[in-house]
Amino acid sequence: MARKVPEINGGPMADIAFLLLIFFLVATTMDIDTGITRKLPPLPEDQPERKDDPKIKERNVFEVLINSSDRLLVEGEPMNISELREATKEFIANPYDKEDLPEKENKEVRYFGEVPVTKGIISLQNDRGTSYGMYIKVQNELTAAYQELRDQKAMRKFGKKYGELEKERQEAIQKIYPQKISEAEPKNIGGN
Amino acid sequence: MSKFRKGSKKEMPTISTASLPDIVFMLLFFFMVSTTIRQTTKLVQNDLPGATEVKKLEKKSLVSYIYIGKPIPRMQKTFGTEPRIQLNDQFAKVSDIRDYIITEREELDESEKPLMSTSLKIDEETKMGIVTDVKQALRKASALKITYSAREVERRELLN
Repeated sequence: MARKVPEINGGPMADIAFLLLIFFLVATTMDIDTGITRKLPPLPEDQPERKDDPKIKERNVFEVLINSSDRLLVEGEPMNISELREATKEFIANPYDKEDLPEKENKEVRYFGEVPVTKGIISLQNDRGTSYGMYIKVQNELTAAYQELRDQKAMRKFGKKYGELEKERQEAIQKIYPQKISEAEPKNIGGN
Repeated sequence: MSKFRKGSKKEMPTISTASLPDIVFMLLFFFMVSTTIRQTTKLVQNDLPGATEVKKLEKKSLVSYIYIGKPIPRMQKTFGTEPRIQLNDQFAKVSDIRDYIITEREELDESEKPLMSTSLKIDEETKMGIVTDVKQALRKASALKITYSAREVERRELLN
């Protein structure tokens, strides 16, 4: 006599599968890589030597040195890392057109018309003994200075933060505050 | 008429949910397969520095990774405690970076090659000497787009 085997309830199986599904969904998105992006300069040989390379005036260069004991020397003066952001902002923006801060050049920029654009360049030098943590802190402060200025400009003109703008508008603001951070060819700059 | 009346005995026939797990399992397998990330076992200690101005890295397939840091305790007997470079699953020298970048670049389509970037995952305590060497090697391999990998932190935390 064929007895009817009671059917196993398959309902909870879906729950188990869902649990696994959610686990994988969460676990695989955890590894988002974040970081500070930079563009390395091409090797000197790759670039044809420009004869008319204009000598960059001293007032247009913001010199940041980090020595092997992680101390900062900015424009010849020791500085604390917490002051670096403001100092950099003042250098780039030069709000009062000071004599010893960078020159500006009027440029045509979309949406803005004729705007004075700074010629300032930040020169970052480090020692081989500098710790990477400090180096990143400095890079971070420099980036932050640019970012704050761009945000300010974007806020005033478009009423939005720089990151929320459309690409074309971002490019316009990039032209006003071009991010120029140059890293010198490696060398030992004192310290042990 | 009587034919229909027979079935309507107040109780609705329950819809069989037996096939629901199948659907969910299919989804599960899809996600499991499509999200396989190339996992490298880290041979170096890798405490990333914190930063506030971080950006997310897009398109993982276009990114190659370079790890630098002290060898993990298990490896310290053989490799010492000096920071070392790790490419894929093994320790490497600065001179190996060029080949590594070239192989990584070969795997990409022609149109994707200019978009390739390198993520430097470097331990906080590493000295810049080795980092500078790696950067020079990358310049030689013309892999100019780089990212200094960092954790996102609050500004207060950073300056302490």
